[in-house]
Amino acid sequence: MGINHRMSRREFVGAGAAAVTALAFPLPAFAQAAARVVVIGGGFGGASCARALKQIEPKLQVTLVEPNRTFTACPFSNNVIAGLRSLEEQQFGYDKIAAGGVTVVAQAATAVDAKARTVGLADGTSLAYDRLVLSPGVDLRFEALPGYDEAAAAKMPHAWKAGEQTLLLRKQLEAMDDGGLVVIAAPANPFRCPPGPYERACLIAHYLKTKKPRSKLIILDAKDTFSKQRLFQNAWKELYPGMIEWVSLSQGGKVNSVDPATNTLITDFGNHTAQVANVIPPQRAGRIATIAGATDNTGWCAIDPLTFESKSAPNIHVIGDACIAGSMPKSAFSANSQAKACASAVATLIAGRAPEAPKLINTCYSLAAPGYGFSVAGVYQPKNGLFADVEGAGGVSPADVPRDFRAREADYAQSWFATITAEVFG
Amino acid sequence: MTSALINVPAKAKRGDIIEIKTLMSHIMETGYRHTATGEVVPRDIITSFACRYNGTEIFRADLFPAIAANPFITFFTTATASGKFEFEWIGDNGFSETASASISVE
Repeated sequence: MGINHRMSRREFVGAGAAAVTALAFPLPAFAQAAARVVVIGGGFGGASCARALKQIEPKLQVTLVEPNRTFTACPFSNNVIAGLRSLEEQQFGYDKIAAGGVTVVAQAATAVDAKARTVGLADGTSLAYDRLVLSPGVDLRFEALPGYDEAAAAKMPHAWKAGEQTLLLRKQLEAMDDGGLVVIAAPANPFRCPPGPYERACLIAHYLKTKKPRSKLIILDAKDTFSKQRLFQNAWKELYPGMIEWVSLSQGGKVNSVDPATNTLITDFGNHTAQVANVIPPQRAGRIATIAGATDNTGWCAIDPLTFESKSAPNIHVIGDACIAGSMPKSAFSANSQAKACASAVATLIAGRAPEAPKLINTCYSLAAPGYGFSVAGVYQPKNGLFADVEGAGGVSPADVPRDFRAREADYAQSWFATITAEVFG
Repeated sequence: MTSALINVPAKAKRGDIIEIKTLMSHIMETGYRHTATGEVVPRDIITSFACRYNGTEIFRADLFPAIAANPFITFFTTATASGKFEFEWIGDNGFSETASASISVE
């Protein structure tokens, strides 16, 4: 508040009337000018948040820490795998964000001192902050799947972080003989992009149907139900009859280990040797969240949904895939929604006011084939310390509709991607 | 699709300790839940599981409402002779399923 002499609590209470009067006026300019917010992670969450902070309160000193100079977006990357899109169309830079007054630091964050409120960077320098926003996305839990590690991922790609892995999976599909077996191992909840493995199955099947029609695809799943299940299963029957087999948890679908030497996925009840094996391992919050003390024993970050402030690390806010957001799925749209609400809460807290409860939106589009899309949408608000669905809002695409309805949703998906990437990076 | 999944090693040496894995698809409805209109959802669980090795019972388990859907039961035994493992699940509403698997012991 810019009070420049020390006050005891008793004096402060006595001065209450004066303090209230002071709050009625704009806050002292230097208090806001001095406020520093560091955002770690330049994906849909972090980049949106850095931008929104600067738009809400231009006087804030906002620093975005992201080691990669180019961001490669995951939404639509399944199209890249299926040869329907180039990786370059997924890539965005930070120049426009920097031009808006955000200091972009192309370094990896390696340390967080929550007491001293500093972030250590890979080059040995450090950044001081008043509030820190973490948007570190996910790390792959290689140790959770015996036989799988970074070296194995070069043979059995996860392609769950868009970039080289996406292209590797595409190349493997292109090199596969007609009649080959593709196996996707899907993890248990929670994980990044809940409909992702099933959209991927569709688009790979589209590639196989077009180029290698004698091939098969098996999804080995650690779950019995999944996002937009009925829509996906209908699409499999309609578009790719006999090509996709889904093995659920209760049918023995959980992959317990892999053998990269033979490209084999091992379940409790059998082995599957694939020509192309796409292993999507279990995940956790990005490592910097653990370094900052913001993860709990689930590996994810518990937050106060009003402010996104960590329940274990004060002055540190967590958004996007890394946070525990209740009913909100781990998606780019969720991260973007959370980023804007978090930016508003951080600016409000710095101004010394109490944030209001946010209402957030998410929509996830999936493509079952080019020109065949469907979606799930939700509206969320804080309830019992988590984000809960607003009853009666949102929903999924209807099951029985003509193909032009699916074609329109495929167009909406394209528009969604153009809109969100323009808002975040454009 | 069968509702039982079994994993018994096809071959073992005499005296080897072998792992047997079983999974039975079943809703395991506890009987403690209510519908939106307040009616009790009746209990529907598997109540017992047994395994016989060449006719001799080597493993038995009683199951209760606290056990989750699709019970996954694994246990170990000693491979003594070639022959057959027989598995049996019994439950509410006349539920009864069997499965079997052969082993060759050298």
